[in-house]
Amino acid sequence: MTMAAAERPRGIGGAISDIFFARPQLLTLLLLMPPLLWIGVVYVGSLFALLLQSFYSLDDFSGLVVHQFTLATYQQLFEGSNVQIILRTVVMAALVTVVSAFIAFPIAYYAARYARGWMKALFYLAVMMPLWSSYLVKVYAWKLILAKEGVITWFANALHMGWLLDGVLGLPIVGGPSLSFSYVGTFLVFVYIWLPYMILPTQAALERVPANFIEASADLGADPGQTFRTVIFPLALPGIVAGSIFTFSLTLGDYIIPQIVGNSRLMIGQAVYTLQGTAGNIPLAAAFTVVPMVIMAFYLWMAKRMGAFDVL
Amino acid sequence: MSSNGKNTSPLGLRVAAIGGLLFLHLPLAFIFLYAFTTEEKSFAFPPPGLTTKWFGVAWSSRPDIWPPLYLSLQVAAIATILALIFGTLAAAALSRTKFFGRESISLLFVLPIALPGIITGIALRSAFDIMSIPFSVWTIILGHATFCIVVVYNNAVARFRRLSGNLVEASMDLGADGFQTFRHIILPQIGTALLAGGMLAFALSFDEVIVTTFTAGQQTTLPIWMLSELIRPRQRPVTNVVAVFVFLVTLLPILAAYYLTREGEHTGGSSK
Amino acid sequence: MSPAVRFQNVSRRFGAIRAVDGVSLDIQPGEFFALLGPSGSGKTTCLRLIAGFEQPDEGHIEIFGETVEGVPPYRRNVNTVFQDYALFPHMTVGENVAYGLMIKGVGKAERETKARDALAMVKLAGYEGRRTAQLSGGQRQRVALARALVNGPKVLLLDEPLGALDLKLREQMQEELKSLQTSLGITFVFVTHDQGEALSMANRVAIFSEGKIVQVGTPADVYERPTSRFVADFVGSSNVLSPEVAASHGGSATWTSLRPERIEVVATGAGVPTGYASARGKVSVVSYQGAVTRITVVTDKLPLVASVPATTPFNKGDEVTIAWPMAAMVSMGDAA
Repeated sequence: MTMAAAERPRGIGGAISDIFFARPQLLTLLLLMPPLLWIGVVYVGSLFALLLQSFYSLDDFSGLVVHQFTLATYQQLFEGSNVQIILRTVVMAALVTVVSAFIAFPIAYYAARYARGWMKALFYLAVMMPLWSSYLVKVYAWKLILAKEGVITWFANALHMGWLLDGVLGLPIVGGPSLSFSYVGTFLVFVYIWLPYMILPTQAALERVPANFIEASADLGADPGQTFRTVIFPLALPGIVAGSIFTFSLTLGDYIIPQIVGNSRLMIGQAVYTLQGTAGNIPLAAAFTVVPMVIMAFYLWMAKRMGAFDVL
Repeated sequence: MSSNGKNTSPLGLRVAAIGGLLFLHLPLAFIFLYAFTTEEKSFAFPPPGLTTKWFGVAWSSRPDIWPPLYLSLQVAAIATILALIFGTLAAAALSRTKFFGRESISLLFVLPIALPGIITGIALRSAFDIMSIPFSVWTIILGHATFCIVVVYNNAVARFRRLSGNLVEASMDLGADGFQTFRHIILPQIGTALLAGGMLAFALSFDEVIVTTFTAGQQTTLPIWMLSELIRPRQRPVTNVVAVFVFLVTLLPILAAYYLTREGEHTGGSSK
Repeated sequence: MSPAVRFQNVSRRFGAIRAVDGVSLDIQPGEFFALLGPSGSGKTTCLRLIAGFEQPDEGHIEIFGETVEGVPPYRRNVNTVFQDYALFPHMTVGENVAYGLMIKGVGKAERETKARDALAMVKLAGYEGRRTAQLSGGQRQRVALARALVNGPKVLLLDEPLGALDLKLREQMQEELKSLQTSLGITFVFVTHDQGEALSMANRVAIFSEGKIVQVGTPADVYERPTSRFVADFVGSSNVLSPEVAASHGGSATWTSLRPERIEVVATGAGVPTGYASARGKVSVVSYQGAVTRITVVTDKLPLVASVPATTPFNKGDEVTIAWPMAAMVSMGDAA
């Protein structure tokens, strides 16, 4: 008999506690099992099932999936229009990433270096709110801003800049009948929607640059431009790379934005959506989803080498 | 860093920062504005006239709004509860002890958010197909809970790590068994983080559209309803009224979550 | 009567590291016992073995005659004052102190009275309603002490209890802990890396090195009769004489400890007192320390450190004769 046993009853809770105390791994296992079954088995299992589908093919005549291992579907992926879809999406993702970085930097820099107290909280909220608030509502807002009869056209005319808007819309490929049916429009919405994902990691990286680095640089004779190029920018770069993971990956996989604001030329997400839906070509749809996965795996590998993960 | 005289920002920077923030927030104002326009067939700007009648129309003459709203609330509520249970279990297990494979498992729990939604959606859809599971409310909930678990997990794991192991030992030292320690020490410490995670999960689920289109079948959630209104518009201002509502329903939990975790965020941020 | 704490050949490994390696130890009821050693020497692990946070891989542990292997901390009548105090941040001072009683199911009125008494005992009467964040380091320490003592433990464990306090407060708390222990008569076991703290507070000291106990004894024992070079060097400072040097000065041919404060400087012209050994050398380092001056004298055999009254000024390069009583040379056997 142990000394405390006489003092109070153990109860069921105490008895179970004793078992877990003797076997702590058992408790960890019991805690981990349900979520691991969900994410590790159901979710990852689904991902593997998807991957497996990409090695099947669609019979052109019957329209049924042939459950036989083949690389024919991947071969299809690299034919004419499919390659164009991939290239178009990657170029879009790259442009969105670069422009987001340019718009995000001043906000992040100001918030990290000059905003204090309530200003700082305000900046944080001003970035967090659009990040979490309704995706569809934000896309919708741009649908009505970009409409032919909408806000931008009105402002362009009011400022006597209608010629500029017409000029942009007249450009080959990126132009269109109105902003909401052009790549320029799609691009603007992408930048808008993913911008907060770029601001937050950039700001986190800049927060870590001590103010005296900048003073030290100035003390050693660097002008503000040199200080920016040689001190601030290199230290902020991991944050920008971390942000670019989001902007790039999210643009690659999105199919709602180009569907609502854009023209009839598809992006990867739309191709996947149509292929698995109306066309019923699950194998090719699955092969298409492998593209962003491979690109992101490569991207993440590069980012890891640049130390971007420490900022997340 | 003190805010002394030389710490004032250059004008160009200030203009660019404020311009960027306006770019982030101004578009949402138009959602509000267009909820009051008298023009229902186009997005004409400026609105030819202003009216509040669309709120009445949305409330009483559009019965197609209500079932999606109920479904979205139901899905978000159940997905959030599931996410709270599973996300907390995962966070508790992974912050307890070091064990073989812990790092890879933590990576696993971030995957549903790290991968584009379309991949999660189509993967779940083909899994339902393979196992011949018919689409229902539960397939939607399963899809939502999958990424909601991640949100709760992320919030909880950060707090679990800050929860000093000494507090748990101190409680056991003072005679509390595992359950008593959980109730009196651990739960009060992680409670706000769980609440915040739950709020964010709810907001995320309530307006999710990408995964939902793949796991919904014939069911229509509010975002799916909105999406179809965007593609085939009927009374556009009514869609704006619903958009305003969705925006507010997601905004409130986000603000609450910010409020609940702000002290932690700030101390966490300063120690980075 | 059985000892308060008994370790029999206890080992605890973490991976390949033997944190505690075959320790045997008896701590008697009512003792104020110090576990002293450098960091990583296994003293804290020993404390955690008594508390129940760790379980031994080998050996046997008893608390007042009862085997405690496999007994979880919440079933041991032992309480701990943690190094960082581990006060519950979401509770008031009063709730912290009453926590153990609440868990035991003691009624609200009774536990509030007991908590108030315990706080008064550590000179924090009236602090029940405070938040722990409002307290100073010394006050937190007292709350942690009250929180442990209110449960009436048979053994109180203290992990580096004074480590986080500044010098003045530390001296004051040393006094208080000592008188508290005397009046309560509870066995106190405390861990420290500060030899001064161990010597001034404890009845007995166990000195740890690399997971093993190298010497156990009263403070006077371990200071005056170190049995190893490690103890001679770790407890206070010491001149260690090799067997040959010790023999040449008339001591036994073993490793020998000679404390600096036992060495005197012989005034010019005066002879070496009888019963003293002596050496001649040149002063190489002079270090003024207030009450005493430490000088290093390079003799023909080895440099010796002497601690002498600060009244006589010395300069680098002075030729001096130093002498010490034969009895000040303490043989450490053949221990390395």
